[in-house]
Amino acid sequence: MQAFVKRVRNGDEIAYAITFLCAFAVIAITALLVFELYRNSEPSRVKFGWSFLWTKTWDPVAGEFGALPFIYGTVVTSAFAMILGIPLGVGAAIFLAELAPPRISSGLTFLIELLAAVPSVIIGVLGVFILLPFLRIVQPYIQGALGWTPLFAGPFYGVSLFSAGVVLTIMILPFIISISREVLLSVPNDQREGALALGATRWESTWDVVVPFARKGIVGSIFLALARSLGETMAVTMVVGNDPKISASLFAPGYSIAAVIANEFTEATGDLYQGALIELGLVLFALTIVINGAARILVASTTKRGTS
Amino acid sequence: MSWNKRRRKAVNAIMLSLTALCTLFAAGSLVFILSYLFVHGAASLNWNFFTKLPTPVGETGGGMANAILGSAKLLLLATCVGVPIGFLGGVYLAEFGTSTFSFVVRYVTDLLNGVPSIVMGIFAYSLIVIRQKHFSTLAGGLALGVMMIPIAIRSSEEFLRGVPLSLREGAMALGASKSRAIWTVVVPAAKAGLITGIMLNLARVAGETAPLLFTSFSNRFWSPGWNQPTAALPEMVYKYAISAYDDWHQQAWSAGFVLLTLVLAVNIVARMILSKRGPAAR
Repeated sequence: MQAFVKRVRNGDEIAYAITFLCAFAVIAITALLVFELYRNSEPSRVKFGWSFLWTKTWDPVAGEFGALPFIYGTVVTSAFAMILGIPLGVGAAIFLAELAPPRISSGLTFLIELLAAVPSVIIGVLGVFILLPFLRIVQPYIQGALGWTPLFAGPFYGVSLFSAGVVLTIMILPFIISISREVLLSVPNDQREGALALGATRWESTWDVVVPFARKGIVGSIFLALARSLGETMAVTMVVGNDPKISASLFAPGYSIAAVIANEFTEATGDLYQGALIELGLVLFALTIVINGAARILVASTTKRGTS
Repeated sequence: MSWNKRRRKAVNAIMLSLTALCTLFAAGSLVFILSYLFVHGAASLNWNFFTKLPTPVGETGGGMANAILGSAKLLLLATCVGVPIGFLGGVYLAEFGTSTFSFVVRYVTDLLNGVPSIVMGIFAYSLIVIRQKHFSTLAGGLALGVMMIPIAIRSSEEFLRGVPLSLREGAMALGASKSRAIWTVVVPAAKAGLITGIMLNLARVAGETAPLLFTSFSNRFWSPGWNQPTAALPEMVYKYAISAYDDWHQQAWSAGFVLLTLVLAVNIVARMILSKRGPAAR
């Protein structure tokens, strides 16, 4: 008892309690976030049930709400960004970790990490005023080469799933590059030296030995980037076209979950409309939590830094 | 040289140059963004931008003084919410934490960090806007503040851990209690890192638009007090960029330029400070 009184007088117990509360607050806030999303989406959950997820109509006037066009747009734009971004990002990470002299590598990494700090609304502005006009020039050539597939068929207005995919690619590159680079740098040097000693070329030692060694961490960085791109709002809203349709063509305008929330939330009249938008937020939250959770475990298992 | 060997050498050269191209593309896109924005934004920037209110549609001139003040107020609120919780939570993880609970806190922190910013907007909306039935600076500040917490925790933990154990032991050997050692020795030793962490964190939320759209909303005039809708710089960039008026587009460029300059300046300075302090403090 006396020891306890002394510790309270020292302030240790109080400091412990206060800091513990703040650490616990993170868990409480996350729980509250889930609870609020769940509670406020009730009108929509009750009315549409699970079929909300695969219904195609989005008609606020008639009170019909289905999430499919938005889920489709979110998945397609993110998948597109992944297909472009993974080779570019991993390639650049390999260059920065394995080939570039340390000086140049850290300089370029610094630049690329700054790219991650550019606010997404600014990427969006550049998307609207530079990327869209540029794509309007390039599009006929892409269509000429690939127009026979339904993916690249149909008219092009500029705003499209394609444009959103390109914007997302630029936004996720810094994440893939900086984490993959760190993971590659943490591969022990004997691995490289062993491969080189056996007569492998620089590329063979990198691709067949170092990259497989760092595989889990690289996959983790890709998952993190995927979670980012699924939740990205402003830049996508500005170039995706905001049209709740499901079209096979990437050149058609589309919509994403985050974009529809951003556009319609303030205009949403009535509990059902707002509930449907909040339920979309819940869907987005669930998607990113699952992907992030997996990514953190993967990255943590390869770098000693843990989930940084 | 055998054909096989030649092929392998060719593959080596091609793939290695491809990786260099990838890097060039990534770094080039940033250089492009910067130079374009600087050329376009700086050209239309003038004093009015910092001192005048937005003008009605059709009237040229005007500025975004209210949005600049609005952003500052939002960031102040966000700091009040995010920094104390984040800092003290970081102290817990670095100094007191038990392994299991700390692991859970770290994991949940990382998950919270990954929550899309628009969902944070819905969170603040349902906590404040629904109850009050109107948009407010308060709600926007809360949304940004919650977004700051995860990074504040992780960065303060990292910097506190960077302080050598011997300093703690020295303080306690002189008879200081643990909390006193933390407060008078460990925290001051990590001060530079902690402050830089906060600056980086602020720079990140300063550019957030999505959580403000339906919390602090927008305002074409000054926003008195803390309980009215307010304009904010990133939100004005968005609204002006998607408008149909050329004059507004120009203003969007200026606002984007100011925003990006602030964000990048903080990032560059912070990273320079951190890189001087060695690898423990990134």
